Amino acid sequence: MKLHVEKLCKSYGSRAVLKDVTFTAGNGVLEIAAPSGGGKTTLLHILLGLERADSGWITGAEDCRWSAVFQEDRLLERLDAAGNLRFVLGGLPAAAGKMLDRLGLDLGDPKPVQDYSGGMKRRLALARALLAPSDILALDEPFTGLDPEALARCLSLIQEAAETKPVLLAAHGFGGGFPVFQIPTLETA
Amino acid sequence: MALAAVYPHGALLLASPVSAAARLLALLPSAAFWQTVLFSASRILGGFFLGCGLAVPLAAAAAARPWAADLLAPPIAAAKAVPAASFIILALVWLDGRSLSLFISALMVFPPVYLNVLEGLRAADTRLLEMAQVFQVPFWRRAWGIYLPQVLPYFRSAAALGAGLCWKAGAAAEVIGIPEGSIGERLYMAKIYLQTPDLFAWTAVIAVLAALFEKLFLLGIDQLAGKAGRW
Repeated sequence: MKLHVEKLCKSYGSRAVLKDVTFTAGNGVLEIAAPSGGGKTTLLHILLGLERADSGWITGAEDCRWSAVFQEDRLLERLDAAGNLRFVLGGLPAAAGKMLDRLGLDLGDPKPVQDYSGGMKRRLALARALLAPSDILALDEPFTGLDPEALARCLSLIQEAAETKPVLLAAHGFGGGFPVFQIPTLETA
Repeated sequence: MALAAVYPHGALLLASPVSAAARLLALLPSAAFWQTVLFSASRILGGFFLGCGLAVPLAAAAAARPWAADLLAPPIAAAKAVPAASFIILALVWLDGRSLSLFISALMVFPPVYLNVLEGLRAADTRLLEMAQVFQVPFWRRAWGIYLPQVLPYFRSAAALGAGLCWKAGAAAEVIGIPEGSIGERLYMAKIYLQTPDLFAWTAVIAVLAALFEKLFLLGIDQLAGKAGRW
């Protein structure tokens, strides 16, 4: 599938965040690059349907199922890993145990997520996004708080997912060797 | 109380705890006592559950649609401000005395439960709701996993308040409406015949029933809170 974004604009009051953002994403990882506060999260929120653009077009994503890692983990803190997956997936797919294992997590761990470290929460949020049935994946800073080993594991899983679907990866200064779309920098008044 | 009771003829004005307890012990074995308790409890608790049953879905509607909240604001404000006695007298015109305590209990419980549940729903974590929206989580799972754990503490405090209010207002309604076979009727008769031991005995019954119901209901809520949002 191909996602096409054309001349997308978004302002908050008088502050423009996105102006004439245009790009196309096919299967594979597309890194969305911008400096901090440069509109990466806003762009992903618009694509996910959480915010409305002021103008512009998004084509190719009609009736698509999105999956996402948000800038914050957005996990149900009182639940354990399995509970968080069940909440989103409605059950535990056969691949869940292996996926969590590859990310260094334990599906049978009864510990509530609130007791997890920042890196563990991030990996669980990624596992949730990868396990959810989806046509497009939006990942907002998914590597925050990960050590190099965990980062390598996550990257490997993201690359596997990207073989069959577009993956939009917003990661500040990541430089992972993927094709990069640079959000146009807006001149400040 | 004990001092007043030992004053000559004082027991007429204020029964001693001993005479009140003796009267209560005398009442306990009689079938009429339990029939009276059942009559009042069924109506007052029916009113409590009716009030909760109306307040929760209406709060959900108000949280989802601002116009519904605007529409409900004036009657809620009226229910909070107007004295219970005014409603009781008005309800006596509309209803027969036997249904009076049910209506008044529901009316007393409705505003706190509605307002607290609405506040709880409005305080739900929008970031989790957005996450559920993106992953297309079905409504019932969002309700169980996000809304219920958020709302239950608000509902609990409102229900605790409402459980006390419904017994007070329900008994007051029965004293004014005097439905046959109710606790309110027994209180009214105690007043007419200056039977202060009866008055205290029945008052104690109301207090015990109110406390017992509150404990049991909150225990149930706590059990649910332990399970809410879990799979």
